[in-house]
Amino acid sequence: MREIALHILDVAENGITAGADCIHIIVDEARVENLLTIAIEDNGKGIQVEKVNTLTDPFVTSRTTRRVGLGLPLLEAAARRCEGNLTINSQPGKGTRITTTFRYDHIDRAPIGDMAATLITLIMGNAEVDFVYSHSIDDNNFDLDTREIKEELGPLYMTDPAVMYHLKQTIKTQLEQLESDA
Amino acid sequence: MAKLTVEDLKKIKEQTSRDTSVRHGFAKVKITVHMGTCGIAAGAREVMGALMEEMAQTDRQDLRVVNSGCMGMCSSEPNVTVELEDQEPIVYQFMDANKMRQVFKRHVLLGEAQTDFALGKM
Repeated sequence: MREIALHILDVAENGITAGADCIHIIVDEARVENLLTIAIEDNGKGIQVEKVNTLTDPFVTSRTTRRVGLGLPLLEAAARRCEGNLTINSQPGKGTRITTTFRYDHIDRAPIGDMAATLITLIMGNAEVDFVYSHSIDDNNFDLDTREIKEELGPLYMTDPAVMYHLKQTIKTQLEQLESDA
Repeated sequence: MAKLTVEDLKKIKEQTSRDTSVRHGFAKVKITVHMGTCGIAAGAREVMGALMEEMAQTDRQDLRVVNSGCMGMCSSEPNVTVELEDQEPIVYQFMDANKMRQVFKRHVLLGEAQTDFALGKM
């Protein structure tokens, strides 16, 4: 994947497939400590303990259309390439958390990429799911919670493509602001 | 510390001055953008972005877009399935932003399936 934002989109979609109705996404750019941490947590059906260690095997997948699942293996490879790692914490019936770390200034570390596009894709394509996003660059951060947006705008607004378009622009602007404040 | 503020949301509300009380009608067209790992790697997110922009420009209230997983045709991703009410779903392959706009304008809005891009009926 050319951008980490695409990995995030991929893993978040896994959580939704697992029946989650709320996905937490955390992007933590600890530039001072030279560490990038990405965490995606869902409240889906979780994964059995015996299976957790097999997930980064490309020939282990829960989908039935093909016998290969590359999402997690590719993400783990991306993390390890940058002296980082991927860990999976899961509780059946409660949910799953995927945490990935990268050395921030590693030459092979892919750009974080277009998070606004990733978020809007998730929000627009999964209307019944809530998303809570937190992006920090050292001490500054930007937060987004679709539950609050739904409360403020009303649930009907969330399925309106025009609202999605403007929301995307707003997120983009806020993230650019976060970057320039850093 | 920045959060999407009430002011930001109110601005969004103002900019989309449509009357959304009518919007939640019954969906006549369902557009599925396949968002498996294969689709994402091939550019499905950009296809989704183009679709969103096209949908934002139309007044149609009866369109629905959903994400789904891979359907097994990984080598032809990005795939998009367009299902008009009472018609068989058409699966489009090797999609990109430009083709998505064309499919939206011709098939979704006008009902003309773009068979050049299509796999065939599902």
